[in-house]
Amino acid sequence: MTQIWSNPDVQFVVWALVKIVVILFAMLGVVSYLIYAERKIAGHIQARTGPNRVGPLGLFQPIADVLKLFFKEEFMPAEANKVIFHIAPILAVVPALVTFSVVPFGPSPALVVTDVNVGLLLFLAMSSLGVYAITLGGWSSNNKYALLGGMRSSAQMISYELAMGLSTIGVLILAGSLSLSSIVAAQSHWWFVVFQPLAFIIFMLTAFAETNRAPFDLPEAEAELVAGFHTEYSSMKFGMFFLGEFMNVIAICAIAVTLFLGGWNGPGPPGLGMLWFVLKLSVLLFCFIWVRWTFPRLRYDQLMNLGWKVLLPAALLNIVLTAVAVYWGSHR
Amino acid sequence: MREYLPVLMFLAVAIAFAAGTIGLSSIIVPRRSNARKMSAYECGVEPVGNARARFSVKFYLVAVLFILFDIEAVFLYPWAVTFRQLGLVGLIEMMVFIVILLIGYLYLLKKRALEWD
Repeated sequence: MTQIWSNPDVQFVVWALVKIVVILFAMLGVVSYLIYAERKIAGHIQARTGPNRVGPLGLFQPIADVLKLFFKEEFMPAEANKVIFHIAPILAVVPALVTFSVVPFGPSPALVVTDVNVGLLLFLAMSSLGVYAITLGGWSSNNKYALLGGMRSSAQMISYELAMGLSTIGVLILAGSLSLSSIVAAQSHWWFVVFQPLAFIIFMLTAFAETNRAPFDLPEAEAELVAGFHTEYSSMKFGMFFLGEFMNVIAICAIAVTLFLGGWNGPGPPGLGMLWFVLKLSVLLFCFIWVRWTFPRLRYDQLMNLGWKVLLPAALLNIVLTAVAVYWGSHR
Repeated sequence: MREYLPVLMFLAVAIAFAAGTIGLSSIIVPRRSNARKMSAYECGVEPVGNARARFSVKFYLVAVLFILFDIEAVFLYPWAVTFRQLGLVGLIEMMVFIVILLIGYLYLLKKRALEWD
């Protein structure tokens, strides 16, 4: 028995599994209380108190919500495409979770599940997969609102994905690596947001669109499309779409912190690295909530124009400027 | 390749978690369905026709444009990572590439492929 445990391969696998399970449960907790925070902040922005009945300050509200969703009656339209209808909610959660396998939470290698040398590509691949859940969920419901929501959303997400992918290239030129740990290490003196302000703005705007958050929440525009792609979903399947949306928000904010805001870099001993990471992540998450409850929704043609005619050329311009500046800086 | 194993493990754990939660919930939830409840939701009135109808061709156009531009963006990643080693040749090559990309983009604008109204 002791021989098995001293085998380095077995230790590697077990250690990775421990980290994965810790991240999974931590994410569930964070998502629950992010939803609570969103409702509380939304309440105060609209001059009301938000949830305050379940437990002190309403702190047990997320638990009550999850239990309610878990025991709710579940039904599916008779004309739905059954297999795809069941798979779509799973697809909503999985890519968002897998992104966390490459996010460096702290300076020690123990605080990242695995340091893949193409970490950034893995993030972009996973954020591309997120569109499948919404498109397939909307299409398979066989409901007109769901279909329209799914179609709008897939067109929106692929349009903004281009600008998002291009906005990260400036960071790659500066860091010279696709590994997220190396990108964070390259920011030990200056955060990349200092050299890449345009890319940071483009990345954050596309992040709102990629996660279908207001002011880009066209797929679930409730005034025109009932609930968009998840109109026909109920019970825990609806819960999975909800969970997936918030996990995507956390994942994309974690990547924004890693790429532009110096990741775990901050004053003080390296032991404080994780604290800095969490602090920066919280600030971005607060901005996401703040924007949602402050700005009105865009019209669809405005949204597509912004993505294709403003953000895409701006991202290309940023690449050219960064390349010229880096070349000039290294050959003076 | 060893460092990719945890990504696959994370994928397996995530699928197991999502499928397990949905499966567990679907065992215990009540099911009292009837034909009315099973019909597609259309604001309370009888559903009109089928949702498998045609939709605007614009969406296909966006999908095709996305694939074109995304493939071109993929070429930029290896270039960006090795930019400092490539020197002046790399800079000029990529400027030429981006200018070609831009010509295609201007053609799209001229053809009004990105207009939604």
